Amino acid sequence: MVGMILGDGILLSCRFNMPKTETETPKMKPRPIVRLGIFLISHSLLVCVVCCTAGVLALLLLPLLAKSTYISENALMPGSASSMISNRDISEANRLASDLSGLNFEPQDAAALESREILTKYMSDLGAEVSYHKFHHKPNQFHPLHFFSSPDSTSSVGNFSCSAQGVNTVGIIRAPRGDGKEAIVLVTPYKFGKSGTAETLSLSIAYTVFSLLSRVTWLAKDIIWLVADSQYGEYAPVEAWLRDYHMPVFTGLGALNADTCIKIDDLYVLEQKPIVQRKISDGFRRAGTMAAALIFKVVDRNELLEDTLNIYAEASNGQMPNLDLVNIVNYLAVHRQGLRVKVEKVLALLDSRWLKILGEIFELLGKVARSLNPGWKFGISAADYVEGSATLASSLYNQALGIPTGPHGAFRDFQVDAITLEILPKVSPHNKARHNEFLLRGGRLVEGVIRSINNLLEKFHQSFFLYMLTSPSKFVSVGVYMIAFALLVAPLPLVAASLYADANQLDLGVKKTKSTNTVTAPDELDITLRSWKWLYAAKEVFLVHVWGAAVSLIPYFICQIPNCSPTTSSVIWVFLSMLSFLILYLIVGSPSTRVSISQHEEKGEWAILKSVTISAVFIGLLLMSIVNFATAEIGALLLVPMCLMAQPLKLDMKAGKLRSFFRVICNMVLGFVAFPPAAYFVVKTLFEGFDSISMGDFWNWMESLWAWNSATYIYIGMVHLPCWALCLHVLLHSC
Amino acid sequence: MELPSRWAFLLFLLLSSTKAFGSDVDKEEFQEELLLKPLPDRKLLAHFHFETRAPPCDSNGLHHHHLFPKSISQMVEKFRVKEMELSFTQGRWNYERWGGSDTMASNNAKPPGVELWAVFDVPKEQVDASWKNLTHTLSGIFCASINFLESSSMYSAPDWSFRQASGSLRYGMLPREAVCTENLTPWLKLLPCRDKAGISALMDRPSIYTSLYYSQRLHLTSNASDLEGLDSGIVLEQTLTVVLHPSSQRTSLTHFSQSYLQPSWSLSSIFGRKVNGRCVLAKSSKVYLQLERGLVSQLKKSENYGADYIASEGYDGEANFELTVNPDRVHKEENSRNGISSSLLYEFSVDRYSNSKPFDLGLTWKFPVIWSCQQAPLHASRFLMGSGNERGAIAILLKSTDLNDSSPVANSARDGCELRVNIFQVVPWYIRVYYHSLQLFVDDQLKAVGAFVEKIHVIPSKDKISPGMMEMVLKLPCGVKSAALTIDFDKGFLHIDEYPPDANQGFDIPSAAIAFPDFHTSMLFHSNDSERKSPMLSKFQESSPVLLYTEVLLVPLTTPDFSMPYNVITITCTVFALYFGSLLNVLRERVGEKERLLKSKAAANTGLLSELLSRLSAKLRGRSQEPMQSPSKLSPLINSKLALKVLLMAALAVAWQYYFG
Repeated sequence: MVGMILGDGILLSCRFNMPKTETETPKMKPRPIVRLGIFLISHSLLVCVVCCTAGVLALLLLPLLAKSTYISENALMPGSASSMISNRDISEANRLASDLSGLNFEPQDAAALESREILTKYMSDLGAEVSYHKFHHKPNQFHPLHFFSSPDSTSSVGNFSCSAQGVNTVGIIRAPRGDGKEAIVLVTPYKFGKSGTAETLSLSIAYTVFSLLSRVTWLAKDIIWLVADSQYGEYAPVEAWLRDYHMPVFTGLGALNADTCIKIDDLYVLEQKPIVQRKISDGFRRAGTMAAALIFKVVDRNELLEDTLNIYAEASNGQMPNLDLVNIVNYLAVHRQGLRVKVEKVLALLDSRWLKILGEIFELLGKVARSLNPGWKFGISAADYVEGSATLASSLYNQALGIPTGPHGAFRDFQVDAITLEILPKVSPHNKARHNEFLLRGGRLVEGVIRSINNLLEKFHQSFFLYMLTSPSKFVSVGVYMIAFALLVAPLPLVAASLYADANQLDLGVKKTKSTNTVTAPDELDITLRSWKWLYAAKEVFLVHVWGAAVSLIPYFICQIPNCSPTTSSVIWVFLSMLSFLILYLIVGSPSTRVSISQHEEKGEWAILKSVTISAVFIGLLLMSIVNFATAEIGALLLVPMCLMAQPLKLDMKAGKLRSFFRVICNMVLGFVAFPPAAYFVVKTLFEGFDSISMGDFWNWMESLWAWNSATYIYIGMVHLPCWALCLHVLLHSC
Repeated sequence: MELPSRWAFLLFLLLSSTKAFGSDVDKEEFQEELLLKPLPDRKLLAHFHFETRAPPCDSNGLHHHHLFPKSISQMVEKFRVKEMELSFTQGRWNYERWGGSDTMASNNAKPPGVELWAVFDVPKEQVDASWKNLTHTLSGIFCASINFLESSSMYSAPDWSFRQASGSLRYGMLPREAVCTENLTPWLKLLPCRDKAGISALMDRPSIYTSLYYSQRLHLTSNASDLEGLDSGIVLEQTLTVVLHPSSQRTSLTHFSQSYLQPSWSLSSIFGRKVNGRCVLAKSSKVYLQLERGLVSQLKKSENYGADYIASEGYDGEANFELTVNPDRVHKEENSRNGISSSLLYEFSVDRYSNSKPFDLGLTWKFPVIWSCQQAPLHASRFLMGSGNERGAIAILLKSTDLNDSSPVANSARDGCELRVNIFQVVPWYIRVYYHSLQLFVDDQLKAVGAFVEKIHVIPSKDKISPGMMEMVLKLPCGVKSAALTIDFDKGFLHIDEYPPDANQGFDIPSAAIAFPDFHTSMLFHSNDSERKSPMLSKFQESSPVLLYTEVLLVPLTTPDFSMPYNVITITCTVFALYFGSLLNVLRERVGEKERLLKSKAAANTGLLSELLSRLSAKLRGRSQEPMQSPSKLSPLINSKLALKVLLMAALAVAWQYYFG
């Protein structure tokens, strides 16, 4: 931004300078800041190279610059109290598990009902308030106007089908002497009637904790245990429950209840049992403002050496829960329960050769630095570096994608800090002692986290919200990772200004081409005309952006076509995009129809176009960095080099030098890579091999983006694609 | 060893007082009572009730109190308090499980934190001043931050929804007030025997503060200035209501058949203490055990266990439970309404017990019994809607309690009958409520508000001055299943010093009070003797509308980063300096002035530059030039002055070092 203003200032001052060159007085010295700007602009090529290299380098350095996490909020006090889970809780949970797995009804619906009833009975025996929450699953649809809007409640009233109905079971423990203003949510996804041992295990861990919490005296916040009916995925039930929690619809309830779904009527019949009936209410129960949420599940992947905990934190549009939440989970899991904590990483990067070499270089540098001064400790081992960058890459990619990595994303949409814990047990289901120990560890972990959150007087606010993890105990904060982006983006306004100045043949005063020849009147007019010429380029850029918006709207119509395979859809999309581009071109007219006042200059038109394009890229990237930083970072990595390099191929061809030939090659490669589908396929080929590629993949990927209301979709459609098109236009410019 | 002397003194005091006043009506009197009531969800309610009466003042205004706390009577006299109630509550009353429509719930279920209301007997313009003074006095007496209610943005003046009082009622709530023993001790100080003797000796701090619900209340009625009602004087009613968990033996839970057996308890097991006789200053000292209607009817049903206990007087033949102490008397509720069973009240007099023979009431259940309590006509809950820091909505949801149950609504569900609901809600000013956005949903359908609202009174909030208040009377059809009321609000911004400590927790919206004026709670107990009824029973008899409080809400507001002001100040100042600097520069200079200045400088510059150069060369050469004398003359002068100063400073430093070092 400062650069932009600076550039404008320079241009302004230049323009004011122009007529005064004729006077013989000693040249007025501009202010130092202006002089500095002019200096930078005149050396923009060098600045570009330095800044871009530094930007990429800074990105690669991030794993080195990661700090160790620490618990920022003192009130949390994780692990300061000894765990209270006893064997009785565990045996109760085991009884529940055996009751649940003992059900083997032939019709799954009956089994589901029966198991739900068993669970309800256990919950209400603990003194919890139990209620059912019915929801209708509806697949995500593309709503072009619903980006960035809050989760809507209006769309939930529609035509439902009985088949797509799920029932969440919600148990609430009221804090004995609490005031009921806040609540902690515990979520376990569970498929009633058709769940495996792992899911039952997660249920029994949650039950262990719940049974403990029902009798403890220290509880200050209410506990909500949501057993999410995960037959339609894990996200949908949680999201539906949260929506009903925060924005209930008062009008549609009657219609919903009057459904003639047999399944639900069965449920009512079962509810009539006298003992249970008193405690289950059909109504939606609430418990205050949510302080935090834990989504907890056990996954059966038995190839591991020890119990492992996976943490998922990325929510929609790269939002993260407060770092303190990740910290306490990590602290308790590692230091109290001895679990191995992992966060997601890009596995393909782990054995990449160049990363290893880079890591070794950094390690060597660190050693050298330490030998010079033992106080300098920035070196990490090469293995750590590779691991860290693989995790960072995954963190960056997940944030950039803007798709939540688990049901916790639904909570983040309502400003609730949430995290998904996925436990991978080493357990063999038949070893009883091992099984109980696993329950104890899992239960103690959840209990510890809940106790910490319960200690919290305020909501999470102390620690970071903007960060990336390089390992479960290391993070890069916003202050550090912004540097890489800032360095990448910094040359853009400089280059735009320098191109503009060049195209208008402005004398920046630093070039020693003191034109002593007097400026005649017609020339002056020409200059004023030329100085407004950027408006044509701006119009062109604007139109291409409009085309980009149109392209990103097209899928809405393609979705309406029934029975369309992804491949055909993407073909239609490409076809329609090109068609719309053609139409736009014909309507607005080709550039040649424009009055070109500048026949004599060879650099003018394309340079101004490029200058305006670069300004647009700059603005777009800055805006995107506010919405979703990771997207902007990756976008900048792709776009910035291309924008800076772009020069008409014709010119380079004419020049015929080695340097221009090299530039042609670079331009071609960058132009190919920066094209979104091409980038997608290149990355996919690199990580998954060539044979797994099909045309429809890209369509599916984009579909997931808009289905999750990801801002990345908007970015691709309205910033990236138009800028790529404009750069291509510059490349193919007939100058 | 001090205790006996005190006892003697108190006894003397009592004797002297009885001597002095005889059995006059003018006598100050104190009565202590305890009510125990098993609750349906295996909990036990203990309700302490202390009443102190003072006769009306003499015409000369001076009065010597023997039993009545002086601080209270002075306060009443000074601020002319007609009626006042102060409650300290921790925990929430569970209306569904512990009852919603009986006297106990309506009178003793209070919102969390502190609630204070007072009616004054002063001209309307002095009410606010009296209230402010009263809050400070109470704050001093009870060691609580009640003085925060002094600010006009914290209290409101309901007209008719909360209690009928024409303009002289003030009402305030502090939902975040933490209640602990430091509030109980001053409260106990008001009792003649404190907690040293009598029923109040049961108040073992650890056991009452680990209860599920704790509410300590002080109610005060004064008719001192009433011209016609000179008989009553000041009545101070102190109650403590706790809900206890009798036993944590959950081993029985494993057996399904036994899981509904109510836990057995005794006074010593729940309080850890026994009653060692009555407070000698008390006129009467009684313990009651109440079995509510639902329980009694269940017990009646289980007569097939072979007990004819209901037919008999009831306390020695029951098979369902067993009491360790035989009650002195059994009261039966006179239920004129319909044939449903009436509740039973066992009375135990503590007078007969002493140190050597302490009173320890115990109850042992023999068979499981399940019953449900009396529900309020509608179950009320309040919650926040929406998310984010910008806006939201408050929703009050009224739902009819179980339809198949003997809820009062179902009983009186006739065509055309109407159920009136009073809603009284105070919202702090930083929650900017838009009252026009009031929406009413009756039975899941959006209805016009005017069709159901009988009366509404809204006082919008004024920023930083007064909270918003809404009183309304809803008239719902009797068969209503659910009614929802929503109001939108914007979240305001606060000035940095208006944030309370721990601002990031959010801000509280105090409970709303919901009353059902058509439903009255009164339990008329049959008394076969003509002696004066116990204050608690007469309190039960009083007819008061069913009242319930909703949850306290927590609204997250935008909070600044409180460590940031320095950064903000720095950045703002920098921006302002840059802006004003450049603006002034632009304004100050005329067009082309700089060039002119430059030109003139260029003309003059040659001379100046040469002069400078020559001066420099002169210095290098060693003062050979004549015209350059003056600066060289000056320098030694400066040097000498400087040297003088340095010397002075050094002397000072030496002196300092010498004397103080």
